[in-house]
Amino acid sequence: MTTTENPSTPAPEIGRDRRRKEDRRLITGRTRWVDNQALTGLLHISVVRSPFAHATIKGIDTSAAKQVPGVVAVYSAADIGADQVQLPCAWPITKDMKSPQRPALAGSRVNFAGEGVAVVVARSAAIAKDAAELVEVDYEELEPVLDMEEALKDGATLVHPELGTNANAQWVFDSGEAGSGGDVAEALKKAESDDDQVVVRRRFRQQRLVPVFMEPRSTVVDPNSEQLTMWSSTQVPHILKTMLALTLGLPEHKIRVIAPDVGGGFGGKIAVAPEEVLTLLVARKLGKPVKWTETRSESLLTAHHGRDQVQELAMSVTKDGRITGLDVRLIADMGAYLGLVGPGVPILGAFMFNAIYKIPAYRFDCTNVFTTKTLTDAYRGAGRPEATFGIERMMDEVALELGIEPLEFREKNWIKHDEFPFTTVSTLTYDTGNYEAATEQAKQMFDYDGLRREQAERRRRGDVKQLGIGISTFTEMCGLAPSRVLGSLDYGAGGWETASIRMQPTGKAEVVVGVSPHGQGHETAFSQIVADQLGVPFDDVEILHGDTQSSYKGLDTYGSRSLAVGGIAVVKAAEKVIEKAKPIAAHMLEAAEGDLEFSGGKFTVKGTDKGVGIQDIALAVFAAHDYPEGIEPDIDAHATFDPENFSFPHGTHLSAVEVDTETGFVSLYKYVCVDDVGNVINPLIVEGQVHGGLAQGIAQALYEEAAYDDQGTLLSGTLVDYTLPTAADLISFDTANTTTASTTNPLGVKGVGEAGTIASTPAVVNSVLDAIRHLGVKDIDMPTTPYRVWTAIQAASGHAGRADEANVASPGAGLGSTARDMPEGGNL
Amino acid sequence: MARIRTTVDGLVYEDDVEPRMLLVQYLRERLGKTGTVIGCDTSNCGACTVHLDGLSVKSCSVLAVQANGAEVLTIEGLERDGQLHPMQQAFHDNHALQCGYCTPGMIMQSIDLLGDNPDPSEHEIREGIEGNLCRCTGYQNIVRAVQDAASKMKPGASATQQSSAQPVAGGGA
Amino acid sequence: MIPAQFDYVRPTTVEEAVQALRDGGEDAKLLAGGQSLLPVLRLRMADPSLIIDLGGIAELKGVREDGNEVVVGAMTSHYDVARDDTLRQHVALIQEATKTVADPQVRHRGTLGGALAHADPAGDLAAPALALDAQFVIAGSNGTRTVAAADFFEDYFTTAIGEGELLTEIRFPKYTGWGARYEKFNRVAQAWSIVAVAATVKVDGGSISEARIGLTNMAGTPVRARAVESALVGQSASEENVRKAAQAAAEGTSPTADADAGSDYREHLARVLTGRAVLAAAG
Repeated sequence: MTTTENPSTPAPEIGRDRRRKEDRRLITGRTRWVDNQALTGLLHISVVRSPFAHATIKGIDTSAAKQVPGVVAVYSAADIGADQVQLPCAWPITKDMKSPQRPALAGSRVNFAGEGVAVVVARSAAIAKDAAELVEVDYEELEPVLDMEEALKDGATLVHPELGTNANAQWVFDSGEAGSGGDVAEALKKAESDDDQVVVRRRFRQQRLVPVFMEPRSTVVDPNSEQLTMWSSTQVPHILKTMLALTLGLPEHKIRVIAPDVGGGFGGKIAVAPEEVLTLLVARKLGKPVKWTETRSESLLTAHHGRDQVQELAMSVTKDGRITGLDVRLIADMGAYLGLVGPGVPILGAFMFNAIYKIPAYRFDCTNVFTTKTLTDAYRGAGRPEATFGIERMMDEVALELGIEPLEFREKNWIKHDEFPFTTVSTLTYDTGNYEAATEQAKQMFDYDGLRREQAERRRRGDVKQLGIGISTFTEMCGLAPSRVLGSLDYGAGGWETASIRMQPTGKAEVVVGVSPHGQGHETAFSQIVADQLGVPFDDVEILHGDTQSSYKGLDTYGSRSLAVGGIAVVKAAEKVIEKAKPIAAHMLEAAEGDLEFSGGKFTVKGTDKGVGIQDIALAVFAAHDYPEGIEPDIDAHATFDPENFSFPHGTHLSAVEVDTETGFVSLYKYVCVDDVGNVINPLIVEGQVHGGLAQGIAQALYEEAAYDDQGTLLSGTLVDYTLPTAADLISFDTANTTTASTTNPLGVKGVGEAGTIASTPAVVNSVLDAIRHLGVKDIDMPTTPYRVWTAIQAASGHAGRADEANVASPGAGLGSTARDMPEGGNL
Repeated sequence: MARIRTTVDGLVYEDDVEPRMLLVQYLRERLGKTGTVIGCDTSNCGACTVHLDGLSVKSCSVLAVQANGAEVLTIEGLERDGQLHPMQQAFHDNHALQCGYCTPGMIMQSIDLLGDNPDPSEHEIREGIEGNLCRCTGYQNIVRAVQDAASKMKPGASATQQSSAQPVAGGGA
Repeated sequence: MIPAQFDYVRPTTVEEAVQALRDGGEDAKLLAGGQSLLPVLRLRMADPSLIIDLGGIAELKGVREDGNEVVVGAMTSHYDVARDDTLRQHVALIQEATKTVADPQVRHRGTLGGALAHADPAGDLAAPALALDAQFVIAGSNGTRTVAAADFFEDYFTTAIGEGELLTEIRFPKYTGWGARYEKFNRVAQAWSIVAVAATVKVDGGSISEARIGLTNMAGTPVRARAVESALVGQSASEENVRKAAQAAAEGTSPTADADAGSDYREHLARVLTGRAVLAAAG
């Protein structure tokens, strides 16, 4: 006989730093990436791509390629109807939005360098590539369209002549018209003639970025199963399935999409990619399974890019530091086509330029424009990093104009903790937050006053390495999204999420979710939620996702929605399980339902020690030998949760950098962030999300840019040129949380996936400028490379540079070199 | 075609390969060792890192024919009798992975790093894994994991951990 | 990601390798460590018909002393160069520079000879080899010949190695007791040098008696900063003296201009980094 301790109330799972369930297969190499998929008879495709940004296709000669042994077929667009496909854009932001046809392969004209024009199918990827090299395409070059502002001018070369313009759409929010605030034109005019006010105008550039998920995209299509099956490295298997049906006219119930292990996405895998459609078309045409796996260079060239905006901001403010108006004008580069949600990405920023501040008059005016570049779409933060950068840079600029400490200026204007819920000038209602608390804690962790003293000391000494301090007090809207709000923005779908719980005879729980993880740790976090909700052990929960055959309904993972929307669907499903189990428990306990209470996985009769566990009830309904009349013997449940509001994580990020004033090199010195992401399910996962988000946001500030030359060729077309930070470039960050629980969902959670990325970019750029502003530097475009920093310092001190830098890759430096002839016979 | 004989994760293989076949392709396509993955085409990402005769290499930058007669250790060969290598365990314990795509290469490089330098500083760890890109973690927990593994693989750490560590730490299996 | 087809041979002696080069004609390519060649092949920026793998030639590997010289076999890996005691004692500069090449995995495979023969102007080993007055031993069908570093690097990716020849060893004079520093400047850890400075100095009684300085990526070939070298001799290694001498660092250079740097910036960096490198080497 053993003594037992009372196990009735196990420690809550929510809030525990559980190690992840997902890890085991990932750390042992027993993974299921799409490219691992090997089917008997599998064929491989290689896409022939245009080297030109804009050109007419005069002819394609596939004869030599077809002669290569092992080649099964070589198709131009028309051969498989790929030129007739219209890849979907789900977000027509205005009624009169201009939308070009986006084919799976270009038929008569290519509109960006890298666009596919033909496809080779072969028994191996190597043979497909060999033969692709032999496809001869005759192009007649057209003028590329590269500069957003030039593209909007009269007489500009048109990317799509059939549209009659390079403007995709103009989208405007005006608080005067919306009734949520004053007329900004009036506010600015008034400020200009008011001695007690100033108007500050600034222009910022959001450079073009590439998401660079670590797993290159891959798609396998087996056309011969009962349902045509597509394995794809995607964030959005459900959307992909529905869109394939709509785009290709296939019956949706005949398609199955599987997103197995997916190696990162960051928005970059929210797409219906031309190559996914192409793989499907080829597989159907040949009746054989077909695989497409991109190379990294192909990915950088053709997977969608992000950001790329010109921002013009005007802020009016009283001289004692109260904001009176904010006018935002954006031009956003769509690239050559519209992606799945591309046109809506900058529009998400409309709600975030006002940020955490009380701004009485606000206008947002965005014009989307087509160029002959790779299309842009969602990248971590999608519209909100751009807005946060604009406003947080502006807050520093205005504080400087006014001679007010930048943190103090922010505090004068932010929403106080006792003013929540607060309806903003852009019509959102922030439920909770405490900007004072996060800022206070961040300042202490950072030793803000101490670093300011050190900064002053270095300036006094004239040190070569100057210290700069940058601030970003950000918020974001996440948990996308209330379906009605999406409807009001003309988005093509809802924002709800689903979950189902299937109780097994042995008491284990299979939880099927509609969100589709690719590194976030859903299996662990959702298991914790279910364990608490149902009172079952953590290890008794299995989370199923990413296969439309089991997870038959969902809207997938993006916009920090998985927990704040998907996690709540899990809660709702668990509540239904308990609700369904209750009459059965009452029956088993021979008690009235009203006398039962559920806690710790067990129904008990109030005031007695009689009880029955949910796992025992699962067995009882499986046997179904004895259950109440009039109900089904089943406690499984399905729930759909449609959020009533976004959630609004916020935080204070403080960056300190050292700038080597002799070389322009920027080194991270200290980085502190205190984020309020609401209640935390798993602090380990939250911290990890913040770390990764910071790295990407910092990389935008310091390292990354997708640059094109004057012919529209992507210069940063390999990871040699698109410079990602390594461990050696970054430092350890000091992160912490303050918590104000969200009141818009039962878990009180907010969302954390994008926070670090959104907040960190302006903090770092502000710190770079803060380090060298005393030398006369006013602004530096991102990324703030050593060359740009040095040039800015030179210009500020009156030294004009030779400015002979060329927008070309270096003749040296490894692969940049290889355009030149290399001598034969040299050892390599 | 060239005939090669290699030992991979303790098993001997003989195969005819095209000279152009990369070691990573041989591992994945011929041996089914899909634990080792490809993340780039320019040797930047390090996702394909394995040990070749006891030293970490990017298996995209070695021809399969060059591995003739060599011993290769991949992520799939680290476990011993169902017990994780201390580095694998440390990656799990310290939440040093998210999507997991860079993880096999990161783990293999981290083990190599400790083989050369059993007690690295944070700076040395960061430099030691500079040939491996991760897009999810910001590297912070990877650095922690390597520190954690280093402390557990040191002489004097518990016997079970050592016994699983020694056959592979910098020496190859 | 997949190279085009090629044939492959793996000679075991230099003679066999020379024969293979002769047989292979101009489409043959030598494979040393492969860390530059394989990426080029993967991207199909080159498609040699024959790859001659030098990895099986034992005589090309290793470090040995030979009188007043240290001789490094062309196929000695960066990893072995970086940890070699003889080099640490006598040719510290090449070791310092080697430690900054690429990353640990690449250093395990890449070789000194391969890197020098590749002659990428942004590569890190040519400038120290030039500064150190290394001698390059080249084998061909007519036996071997020796070329001084000053004559070895001819242009971007072009060296004195002729058709049918291969580099077999690099001979360094001994710089025993000299301080050394390779000051590398790049955007991110994985990036190639925008500019780098290789400096080694001999300090006697607080003043610099001899100095050797080579510049990376300041022209199509490495450049010797001779004006700085002569300005340093006889000076005490004070910050003021060194920085003043370093002002001549860009003399005789012809740096390229690209997206990472204009030529004026490269010249400026050469001056700043030269000062820093010399100070560190003298310290």
